[in-house]
Amino acid sequence: MSKENGVIYRISGPVVTAVGISPRMYEVVRVGNEGLMGEVIELHGDQSVIQVYEETSGVRPGEPVVRTGQTLSVQLGPGLLTKIYDGIQRPLPELEKTMGVFIKRGVDADGLDLEKIWSFNATAKAGDSVSSGDILGTVQETKTIEHKVMVPPGVSGKIKSIDSGEFNVTQTVCTLEEGAEIQMMQKWPVRTPRPFTKKHAPEVPLQTGQRILDFLFPLAKGGTAGIPGPFGSGKTVTQQQLAKWSDADIVVYIGCGERGNEMTEVLDEFPHLMDPKTGEALMNRTTMIANTSNMPVAAREASVYTGITIAEYFRDMGYDVALMADSTSRWAEAMREISSRLEEMPGEEGYPAYLSSRLAEFYERAGRVETLAGGDGSVSVIGAVSPPGGDISEPVSQGTLRIVKVFWGLDAGLARQRHFPAINWLNSYSLYPPSLDQWYRDNIKSDFPEIRTEISALLQVEAELQEIVQLVGSDALPVDQQLTLEVARMIREFFLQQNAFHDVDTYSDLKLQYNMAKAILSFQEESKKAIAGGAALEDVVNVPARTDLMRGRFESGYEDKIDEMLEAMNKQIAETMEAN
Amino acid sequence: MTGKEYRTITDVKGPLVFLNKTEPVAFGEIVELRLTDGTLKNGQVLDTSDDQVIVQVFEGTASIDKQTGIKFLGDVFKLPVSTDMIGRILDGAGRPRDGGPAIVADEMADIIGAAINPYSRQSPSSFIQTGISAIDACTSLVRGQKLPIFSASGLPHNDIALQIARQAKLVGSDDDFVVVFCAMGITAEEYNFFVHDLERTGALENACLFVNLADDPAVERLITPRLALTAAEYLAFEHDYHVLVIYTDMTNYCESLRQIGAAREEVPGRRGYPGYMYTDLAMLYERAGLVKGKKGSITQFPILTMPGDDITHPIPDLSGYITEGQIVISRELHQKGIYPPINVLPSLSRLMNAGIGDGKTREDHKSVSDQLYAAYAQGRELRGLVAIVGEDALNERDLQLLKFADIFENQFLRQSRDEDRSISEGTLDYAWELLSNIDTKYLVRLDQKWIDKYHPTDKKE
Ligand SMILES: Nc1ncnc2c1ncn2[C@@H]1O[C@H](COP(=O)(O)OP(=O)(O)O)[C@@H](O)[C@H]1O
Ligand SMILES: [Mg+2]
Repeated sequence: MSKENGVIYRISGPVVTAVGISPRMYEVVRVGNEGLMGEVIELHGDQSVIQVYEETSGVRPGEPVVRTGQTLSVQLGPGLLTKIYDGIQRPLPELEKTMGVFIKRGVDADGLDLEKIWSFNATAKAGDSVSSGDILGTVQETKTIEHKVMVPPGVSGKIKSIDSGEFNVTQTVCTLEEGAEIQMMQKWPVRTPRPFTKKHAPEVPLQTGQRILDFLFPLAKGGTAGIPGPFGSGKTVTQQQLAKWSDADIVVYIGCGERGNEMTEVLDEFPHLMDPKTGEALMNRTTMIANTSNMPVAAREASVYTGITIAEYFRDMGYDVALMADSTSRWAEAMREISSRLEEMPGEEGYPAYLSSRLAEFYERAGRVETLAGGDGSVSVIGAVSPPGGDISEPVSQGTLRIVKVFWGLDAGLARQRHFPAINWLNSYSLYPPSLDQWYRDNIKSDFPEIRTEISALLQVEAELQEIVQLVGSDALPVDQQLTLEVARMIREFFLQQNAFHDVDTYSDLKLQYNMAKAILSFQEESKKAIAGGAALEDVVNVPARTDLMRGRFESGYEDKIDEMLEAMNKQIAETMEAN
Repeated sequence: MTGKEYRTITDVKGPLVFLNKTEPVAFGEIVELRLTDGTLKNGQVLDTSDDQVIVQVFEGTASIDKQTGIKFLGDVFKLPVSTDMIGRILDGAGRPRDGGPAIVADEMADIIGAAINPYSRQSPSSFIQTGISAIDACTSLVRGQKLPIFSASGLPHNDIALQIARQAKLVGSDDDFVVVFCAMGITAEEYNFFVHDLERTGALENACLFVNLADDPAVERLITPRLALTAAEYLAFEHDYHVLVIYTDMTNYCESLRQIGAAREEVPGRRGYPGYMYTDLAMLYERAGLVKGKKGSITQFPILTMPGDDITHPIPDLSGYITEGQIVISRELHQKGIYPPINVLPSLSRLMNAGIGDGKTREDHKSVSDQLYAAYAQGRELRGLVAIVGEDALNERDLQLLKFADIFENQFLRQSRDEDRSISEGTLDYAWELLSNIDTKYLVRLDQKWIDKYHPTDKKE
């Protein structure tokens, strides 16, 4: 292998063709005098086609190309959390140290800090028989997360020696009788899913604190969701809300081909935000990948694989992991760009014919699994989609919707009215409720699913009534239908709208969501009674206690006050009857 | 490196020249072409291999023949930069256009511009007062933001851009902006309009212009904004300037990009534009911002005209996906005689939340802005309904909202071209005054505590 004398034959943007080497598909190679990192993506004849993860200007035909024998892999072990990486797992703070604020090229950096000493606490002991995925010991990686050191895939045997103590990630912590030496760091090729024992059906919701998501269109732990929407409709804010508030153990956030400032924002904010579950900074459970729109496209293509491999690794420890990819469309575009340089036969809108299978393979890496060690772990995947012009008939949206089980459809019209989250309640859906309903009955309230159904039904009825209103005005409707419109307005303005930037409103737990929904139905019921008893709709709607109940959601401690406020409202509504 | 001249052109297609049998040529290398009549042209390598090299010619390929001599200059495109650029007018390739001397380089800067490490960025959060109520109240601009103007032909986007350039200031600071202006394919008339205005206000001395006009080579437009941004980066990050980059018209830039794509017979993306246009635009727009440890900043105001007034056209669409919001100019408002005809509903500033509020603008700013939006959006919607069912079918609330939409357009939006409204009195207090045309009980977006403090009639003294 080392005797091969590879040279560049051609350079076209991020795609370089080399001759004189016979690498394997997806092998990492070093390109040019500066040793730029690249990956072999096509072999034909004596030519190897390479996508290069760094800028190629100034590189010339005739410069050397060297094989590494490795496929594109990530380093896995203690030290992943709180980090921010580029698409090929180079830590951005390290890059800053070596090259300043602008990313130059030709610099290598390890994904893990190889020097850092961790306290390894052995939980397995000499004489134990262990196999792939079994847990050998733990390391307190951050304040809240205990890292489980596992037997790497493909290794098994009887433990000869294992020691607790202070180690860096490349030192041996455990030796097997057969001679295998195990370190805290393992490597895994990003394009290959990590193994597990079997997949389970998801039956626990991923609680996000976002009312419209949790209540109407829930995602399961281990499930998949797509958020398509035009620019400015709220994809990123929604993804960030999920990263902040969802009750996953670990969050992997991939900024794939999007804005630099959005990543900075997360970096600034997360260390100061408290995880409602642990009371510690959210950063403790978070890993970020930032390959922004102006960074090399080939590394953008790799970024989602880097992210999902890290997610699977934590899943294998028995954690619930949530992964956000913002935006999968930029990933697809990176594939398109590379494919077109390869002069491949294009499919729809210039995307490669394999687009939908790549999307499917990616989302297939989500799931709730029995881990090799016999534990229970999950990866939930939430992908933003950026359809051109907001029109989801395009290939990436369609390819995504065929696979994911939850569709949160963002709507430019709602965003324009500043109805946030701008998720269209009429066309969004979740296929999970049937498998989650038992959980809600057991853990929140026995009639939770029925309340949800009532709320969605009211929204449907509103949509039908609105069509009539557009023709005749609302005053022409019978009073019971006018009341229905008011109830639906309450659902929209009080329940569905949720301000991500408001300290209190930003998060509602499931119990509170349930109570708010009940309050709306209670308003409907009491108003019906009052109107039947002679009260005027206008009076019923305008009782001050209803405004208090609705504004109350912006005040802390609302969950303790809502019952009282509801009672006050019902009382005032009943009084409107007597006034008449 | 600068030695050999090749005469090995095989094909000429659109703006591209294909040649073979060269020594190894670098990707992105700069090329000099000498025509048989002695004329010099410049180009850049787009594809290079042992057998064939593809060169994009900035000045177009007119008169090039197989006898044309080609020299590879050994390096990628670099711009001589220095603070002497301030007060100068340069052409689309960075050469003096004002009759002045060549720029004496303090440094030769690579025009592609390396990506800012996302970890090294600093979040923009200093409010810039533009003095235009629609922008300051509803789509507030912050220093380091990239906020394009989405306009269309025949609309006064240039007036708005100039008004912003004249009036933009940080409240309570006298740091001045340096303007870097980049013209891409605009008409001489438009260009003169800009220059005269900058001259009139003395801003020209504090500006650096890169000019490619409609009759200048179209392919050159692909480098003009890169030169402008390279200059901007130098001034901001080497010399602590706050730079305001105005570039117009991005639509012409994208047309040139499409032309190159077509000549290369690339598989086109939507509506014939190259599939990599998003990435290409990002490599311009993302050169805005603030970075840790540097005092300067780059704020960008790209102007683009939406073909067919269509915001879903790939040019505004891909831009909107990258920029931090957009200011949308409306033909309808313009036709009603309202200046500035900004439609705030589809407009957005994504960095607004970071730049406003207590200690930055005013504590009630967010609330007021939400309420203005909500009331105006509903009022506009009601206009449609009234056209069908008449005003009689409206209840009291709807009537008030309907009326408010007119008030908002005619009083809040409308201001003159030299009217510079302060954020607190000129814009926010004025907004309260106009909102008081609606009963307080319908103003559900306003916090009670702000009503108590700022409402002109319901205020608790
Ligand atoms: N839940 C929300 N609460 C409040 N504002 C929101 C919410 N979602 C979106 N927004 C507003 O919409 C703007 C655009 O949202 P963003 O997520 O950046 O859109 P996208 O990623 O789809 O382009 C944000 O800057 C913010 O002002
Ligand atoms: Mg976004």
